[in-house]
Amino acid sequence: MKKTRFTPLQIIVHIGGWTPLAVIVYNFFTNNLTANPIQAIEQQTGVRALVFLLLSLACTPVSSIFGWKELTRRRKALGNYAFLYASIHVTTFIGLDYGFDLGAILRDVGTKWYIIVGLAAFLMLLPLAVTSFNYWMKRLGKNWKRLHKLVYVISPLVVFHFLLSVKGDLTRLQGNVLQPAVYGMIALLLLVLRIPAVKRKSIEIRDRMKANPFKVIRLNHPAD
Amino acid sequence: MNTLYKSVPVKSSEITPKSAYLSRRDFIKAAGVIAGSVALAACAPEVTSTPQAGSPAPAEAEGMTDEMGNKVNSYEDITHYNNYYEFTTDKQGVAGLAANFKTSPWDVEVSGLVNKPQTFSVDDLIKKFQPEERIYRLRCVEAWSMVIPWVGFPISKLLAEVEPTSNAKYLRFETIMSLDEMPGLKQPFYPWPYQEGLRMDEAMNDLAILATGLYGGELPAANGGGIRLVVPWKYGFKSIKAIIRIELTEEEPATMWSTIAPNEYGFYANVNPDVDHPRWSQASERRIGELSRRDTLMFNGYAEQVASLYEGMDLNVNY
Repeated sequence: MKKTRFTPLQIIVHIGGWTPLAVIVYNFFTNNLTANPIQAIEQQTGVRALVFLLLSLACTPVSSIFGWKELTRRRKALGNYAFLYASIHVTTFIGLDYGFDLGAILRDVGTKWYIIVGLAAFLMLLPLAVTSFNYWMKRLGKNWKRLHKLVYVISPLVVFHFLLSVKGDLTRLQGNVLQPAVYGMIALLLLVLRIPAVKRKSIEIRDRMKANPFKVIRLNHPAD
Repeated sequence: MNTLYKSVPVKSSEITPKSAYLSRRDFIKAAGVIAGSVALAACAPEVTSTPQAGSPAPAEAEGMTDEMGNKVNSYEDITHYNNYYEFTTDKQGVAGLAANFKTSPWDVEVSGLVNKPQTFSVDDLIKKFQPEERIYRLRCVEAWSMVIPWVGFPISKLLAEVEPTSNAKYLRFETIMSLDEMPGLKQPFYPWPYQEGLRMDEAMNDLAILATGLYGGELPAANGGGIRLVVPWKYGFKSIKAIIRIELTEEEPATMWSTIAPNEYGFYANVNPDVDHPRWSQASERRIGELSRRDTLMFNGYAEQVASLYEGMDLNVNY
């Protein structure tokens, strides 16, 4: 018999990738995107893009800590879904929100940091999406990996863009800061797990956990 | 100071002539009675004389316009797109969560620097001050806007009743904190209760009303019932909902959003396309129901009536 083409994880990733878009389209045509559908599309695609970006960022550390090797092979698809939602997000802003009136965009928000930061993140995500094909992977060789490290810059920028777009003040912990703060902490964790020392330590903990699940708890007590 | 206001000349008298709104209200009431009796004929012995909150607006009302010719937004949009964080930060979710919020009977306590501190019931206020229809534009600080047919009365009438003392300079408004009915109060990072303020001369302006109704009917819970403030030349968050307390003070009162982020939300919060929010633009807005953006008008198009209140003030500083 022929080998199965898709793994269960692969199917989950792709269904999970397209479902939010299907929901947004369905809600759009059934008038369920609030009285202000353009803003709802912007907000929902923005959050989806960030979620997929963080999921793609989670693949490597989760795979190395829990030894779930297949995850690293799903990273690219997750990253591309992040790009898909980011593209709809940006296109909606320029096309639907501002009717492609670049003059009005420049006049209104040309100097606003949330736009500058968001645009910078999108422009960095663009080459990653373009080079996601195997052709580019082979052609760029070592540089492909270097290029794709840009995601370490992109993710904090996207969280910052989110934070700049809400009503509230993170430094004072006031207003609508809960959501961006939670995403920010997840992004921070996923980046910290990549620091070699932290990575080594987390794998060490995993190995001990495998050997004796109870001992790991005692590990945290210096008096031991 | 820049005083080149994009003002549209409108006298306050031009806002919905009294005869027009009275006949319209009679029509709406009649329509409500007919609609209500049809709906209730099968099951209820009693018919109320005003449309129930949540009932669809009469078709006639949906064709109304403000004094500039802007069509009013639909009853559905006005009652299902609300910034009301005491329920939830999800604007579409407020109507559902507020469905069981009790807006009647409703009491408002007026106290502080007044000769006659009193507690009024909204029913009494309606009897005493004969609320009238006011079709106002509402411009949210989030750069969307609506045109809303409120029913209300000028705050000046209420102030005359309580007789402010000579050192009363400001009004402080406070929203109810009903923990059982308002799940949003459990959200972290908000300095409840919601409070807002006006300077005395702002409150005395005829445009500033306390609203007790919407679309010729009751004021739905999601829109701030029992009673709310409407100050149409200021960003929407100034028009505080579900007011239980009005206090007259000598000092400028603290407000909800200026407590959250003092460098982003000031006490005045006048709609002003030339003074941006520090992080985003206020130059244009999306009218709910429209595809393209509109330019935002100085004082939301009410410059004629209110610009004199701010003469000599630097609006870049007093944002």
